[in-house]
Amino acid sequence: MSAELQALSDHIASSLGATVVERAIAFDELTIVARREEIVQVVTFLRDDPQCRFVCFIDICGADYPAREERFDVVYHFLAPHHNRRIRVKVMTDEATPVPSLVGLFPAANWYEREAYDLYGILFSGHPDLRRILTDYGFEGHPLRKDFPMTGYVEVRYDDGQGRVVYEPVKLNQEFRNFDFLSPWEGTDYVLPGDEKAKA
Amino acid sequence: MGEHNIRNFTINFGPQHPAAHGVLRLVLELDGEVVERVDPHIGLLHRGTEKLIEYKTYVQANPYFDRLDYVAPMNQEHAFCMTVEKLLGIEVPRRAELIRVLFSEIGRLLSHLLNVTTQAMDVGALTPPLWGFEEREKLMIFYERISGSRMHANYFRPGGVNMDIQPELIDDIEAFCDPFLQVLDDLDTLVIGNRIFKQRNVDIGVLTLDDCWKWGFSGPIVRSCGVAWDLRKSQPYSLYEEMDFDIPVGLNGDNYDRQVIRMEEMRQSVRIMRQCLDKLRAPDGQGPVTTLDGKVAPPSRKDMKRSMEALIHHFKLYTEGFHVPAGEVYAAVEAPKGEFGVYLVSDGTNKAYRCRIRAPGFAHLQGMDFMCRGHMLADVAGVLGSIDIVFGEVDR
Repeated sequence: MSAELQALSDHIASSLGATVVERAIAFDELTIVARREEIVQVVTFLRDDPQCRFVCFIDICGADYPAREERFDVVYHFLAPHHNRRIRVKVMTDEATPVPSLVGLFPAANWYEREAYDLYGILFSGHPDLRRILTDYGFEGHPLRKDFPMTGYVEVRYDDGQGRVVYEPVKLNQEFRNFDFLSPWEGTDYVLPGDEKAKA
Repeated sequence: MGEHNIRNFTINFGPQHPAAHGVLRLVLELDGEVVERVDPHIGLLHRGTEKLIEYKTYVQANPYFDRLDYVAPMNQEHAFCMTVEKLLGIEVPRRAELIRVLFSEIGRLLSHLLNVTTQAMDVGALTPPLWGFEEREKLMIFYERISGSRMHANYFRPGGVNMDIQPELIDDIEAFCDPFLQVLDDLDTLVIGNRIFKQRNVDIGVLTLDDCWKWGFSGPIVRSCGVAWDLRKSQPYSLYEEMDFDIPVGLNGDNYDRQVIRMEEMRQSVRIMRQCLDKLRAPDGQGPVTTLDGKVAPPSRKDMKRSMEALIHHFKLYTEGFHVPAGEVYAAVEAPKGEFGVYLVSDGTNKAYRCRIRAPGFAHLQGMDFMCRGHMLADVAGVLGSIDIVFGEVDR
């Protein structure tokens, strides 16, 4: 499996040249990182080349890495049913730069790109209908960004007096407690009475 | 007579409509009774599952998968457990895999029973759901007996399953199989062979294979177009490789084929279940039901009473949880509705950095517009039923 994937990876890299920035095989899965501007060419090649034939659309999703200069990954998954192989293609972008849309190649990309826009605020150029999809009508913000609080900003309830659903700032009886488990035992340096004598 | 101002009619279908299978709002543009455009508005059941998982340890994230496609909960847990196991590089014991296959197939029965019979209701037959629910009730009791919960099982765990299966339950599941096949035969005659059911479903919502691939369809919808694409066979996971079963395919890619395929898949599921039960009784089917890696699986209650180490591990595993090595993986299972995949990015901590849930229903519902165009208004409900939508997984 791995040798086969390596051959495919080499084939893709030699055919596409510099548009493939990076490629890796991990856990028996092939990942290529492509240049954002050329994503449409890359995916067209992957779909049409007889050795690739990634004709089945699987998924498009975003991922947020706020520490990076281009904070978002757009991750595409495709499947080649004829060769029984999968591939993952990634491009990077930031809040302002749009990624070329794949709707022309795969109509299924439409909703997936809308979702990435809704949840991360990733823009797609050439998308016919870039509306929000999962969040509420009139929602503000992009909830899957790492800097969006998990509890959100607004909550809704039905107001009997006004006879409609009202939006209010979120009020929690108890704050959401996010425990930091990374170094639980290296936090406080307890000085017990008498310790200073032992050191002296 | 002057010229009439003819304009299309827009109607709102849902969000509360018995044929909407949950909370779907469809904005339909009609020309007379012919559908010109369908705009599904989804997200009314959006709970932010992917965000919540980023704040939970891996074991705490598991129950969220029950609540996606709540008709076949364990199939989804399976996909998540597979990603975690792939990253951790741990082996799942044989007995655990057998139980997983057994309960995944029970999940498939649960889902298909609901879908076939409620789709019959969508096209006008009122009683089939009652027959379907009667059988589902028995299956949910099996769920309850193994996990303590009828639906939200939280039974598959990274590394294995939560508890061993009792011999009595094995016997009872076996006793369920034969009468169930009889029920399937009855359903076949009463629903699938019914004249009105055929009139409403044959040649409705026809798809070609090419369309299926580019719209990202999977599961029975792809198989209705004549290709035997089933992840259980083509990319075998768990113990499906050693199971003997057939994949039914359709020829016409219409609503009717999809329902016939689901009926046959239920028979094949029973076949797989029987093999699992035999293998669970065989000598090589005995043994532990969770990995012996004490850094992932909790110790037994018995050990906790006697061993300090076990107690510490139990405490650490249920507060901090285990850490998963950094990396990214995608694992998919053949859920009843199609390819259910999980794309997991770990940064080496005890929580997932990003957990993307690829639900089959999302892609299928997107195809509504393209499948319904040119059909009559009454067929919208039929097509919606045949693509097997559950909003838990569409809205996540």
